[in-house]
Amino acid sequence: MTAIGWIQIILFCAIITALVKPLGWYMTKVFNGERTFLSPVLRPVEGAIYWIGGVDEKREQHWLTYAVAMLLFHVGAFLIIYGLMRLQAFLPFNPAEQSAVAPDLSFNTAISFLTNTNWQNYGGESTVSYLVQMLGLTHQNFLSAATGIALAVALIRGFSRASMRTIGNFWVDVTRVTLYVLLPICVIGTLVLVWQGVPQTLGPYVEATTLEGAKQTIAVGPVASQMMIKHLGTNGGGFFNANAAHPFESPTALTNYIHMLCIFMLGAALTNVFGRMVGNQRQGWAIFAVMGVLFIAGVAVTYWAEAHGTSTLSSLGLTGGNMEGKEVRFGIVASSLFAVITTAASCGAVNAMHDSFTALGGMIPLINMQLGEIIVGGVGAGLYGMLLFVILAIFVAGLMVGRTPEYVGKKIEAREVKMAMLAILVLPLMYLGWTAVAVVFPPAVASMANAGPHGFTEVLYAFTSATANNGSAFAGLTGNTFFYNLTLAVSMFVGRFFMIVPAMAIAGSLAAKKSIPASVGTFPTTGGLFVGLVVGVILIIGGLTFFPALALGPIVEHLAMNANTVF
Amino acid sequence: MLREIRPAILVLLVLTLITGLAYPLAMTGIAGVLFPGQAQGSLIEKDGKVIGSALIGQEFKEDKYFHGRPSATLAPDPANSSKTVSAPYNAANSGGSNLGPTSKALADRLKEDVEKLKAENPNAPVPVDLVTTSGSGLDPDISPEAALFQVPRVAKARNLPEDRVRQLVTDNTKGRLGGLLGEPRVNVLALNLALDTATAR
Repeated sequence: MTAIGWIQIILFCAIITALVKPLGWYMTKVFNGERTFLSPVLRPVEGAIYWIGGVDEKREQHWLTYAVAMLLFHVGAFLIIYGLMRLQAFLPFNPAEQSAVAPDLSFNTAISFLTNTNWQNYGGESTVSYLVQMLGLTHQNFLSAATGIALAVALIRGFSRASMRTIGNFWVDVTRVTLYVLLPICVIGTLVLVWQGVPQTLGPYVEATTLEGAKQTIAVGPVASQMMIKHLGTNGGGFFNANAAHPFESPTALTNYIHMLCIFMLGAALTNVFGRMVGNQRQGWAIFAVMGVLFIAGVAVTYWAEAHGTSTLSSLGLTGGNMEGKEVRFGIVASSLFAVITTAASCGAVNAMHDSFTALGGMIPLINMQLGEIIVGGVGAGLYGMLLFVILAIFVAGLMVGRTPEYVGKKIEAREVKMAMLAILVLPLMYLGWTAVAVVFPPAVASMANAGPHGFTEVLYAFTSATANNGSAFAGLTGNTFFYNLTLAVSMFVGRFFMIVPAMAIAGSLAAKKSIPASVGTFPTTGGLFVGLVVGVILIIGGLTFFPALALGPIVEHLAMNANTVF
Repeated sequence: MLREIRPAILVLLVLTLITGLAYPLAMTGIAGVLFPGQAQGSLIEKDGKVIGSALIGQEFKEDKYFHGRPSATLAPDPANSSKTVSAPYNAANSGGSNLGPTSKALADRLKEDVEKLKAENPNAPVPVDLVTTSGSGLDPDISPEAALFQVPRVAKARNLPEDRVRQLVTDNTKGRLGGLLGEPRVNVLALNLALDTATAR
């Protein structure tokens, strides 16, 4: 670990913290339907979309209608992606002449992108056409992100409203987020990325003759436009197989930094949106602080582990940390930081191969996802995941003093706690359950690339990543088999919708409640005690759930490494 | 609930066309005008022929060139398309080795490569990036230490004084952005092109 490494980390945290307030202010205006500086340009487009879609923007929806609208939206998205992948050979923008994608792989990919997971069982440049990349995948990068943000805002409205039946209009929320937040940032960001060297072309792959006379086919494409939304929307699906480690996805230290900031900024700003909407920004900062504590702890461990290297490297006299699977332009610190960011958020883009991380360095990304990606988290998904834990923490605090717990003026009762527990328990059921199945099913075992405990971690990581809708991978695992295509798709689906629907139910039930003013007996939810309590609840629930699985994977691998055992 | 079906189809379609077609195509047009070179992939031409991209590593095996990092990229086996074979710096199929910290295959590979490099230059410690594969398999850069490590071999193969070659390495070394972000590095293709120019003169 070096001083300059830590400065890069601290600078990142400082920029994100500085962005929280202005972005939160702007996004609150967008969700409240107020005029913004972009309205002169975008308002006509917005109006046209409502007119075509037959949407009455003044009419709000009950939580159930909101949830149904969201689900219908996803049915359509599934059909678009699946259809495009199956038919790509007959469609335009296919200069590399990619043939139809197999049904199970198309199914897996469609579920993967609409759940904001972007798990990739295919290599982008060797499997799909430019049309699929744009119309199938780039578009869903926008819309699955917009959906996540819309849902978070609906849940916030549940807290901020009193005695109301409705929580907003799904169509209006999705349209406004896409037009006013995601698109403008992407348009500017794309140009910066191209300036730095990220390609943006519809031309065919380039045939080059290298200095030594060998042939090299260089895959290009409309990369930059997808890169921006892939990170901003915490999607993570790469244009290329190597994702953001590929020099065309991230050619410089600057593009890498832009990617990292994009992953965190909207999710972090949503805590401020929450504070503003419930009428006290300090409520938002308290949640941001919980995220910050967990984040810094994770970065410290991974950076230390990667800088420290492996016993194989040190026995050969190699110093400078674990560079296997990392790029020179990013080095140890930017690779470690990126790995923690991408799994704290539900992004899943990678700028280094997590499979080659040290045992402990790779365990932190795994833990981040197993906690439910609540440290900033997926755009929207992180906030509603965190609010579920807040409900639990408040409930625990209430039990301790024997009072009905309250949070931002709402009584937290049996229904909310049950729904929160349902969402929190479904996730481990998926990733632990499927991992257990996979390690006793011989064809699934055959997909492991590494032997020993590392192979087990590959499988655990895959199901964790899918369930948590992350999409990063211990990529050695051969995921493009019938078993994994299917089971991972199920994990992604359950991980997304069994979290969303209970969260919407909580939103509806909270919105209907009366608001009660804070009294002397109210537990203050803006101070250090509250932050500590939430962190504690997260770590205890998380730790009890997945510690045994970690003991079989990364922990035993770390011990084996220290004993100089190889597999 | 039924009235949600119309927007489910039409709002989806319009937003799909805006974000999936209008946005990437407009960006392609604008980027092509503002930054034509970068948008095409930062290609380098020599005598009218494309010799590679400034951002994509390529394989160097000859002694007279600086070598990049080992690459773990694969290509379909010409004999059996369901299998893959090693194909370093395959820029149409990026990827890393994905070997873990306790992998025997990785330990063996590292040991072999370290011994080879020690034989080539016994006077300096082996730089870690010269024996580890990159995440993309297309890393265009090596660390300044990894470049300096190779100076004696390249100088000998080209009959150039070592100081001259070392100077070229220094000239082609890029520091951190603003002294802060990223890591110092040397672009291997740029260095080798500079080397060819220097030798021709």
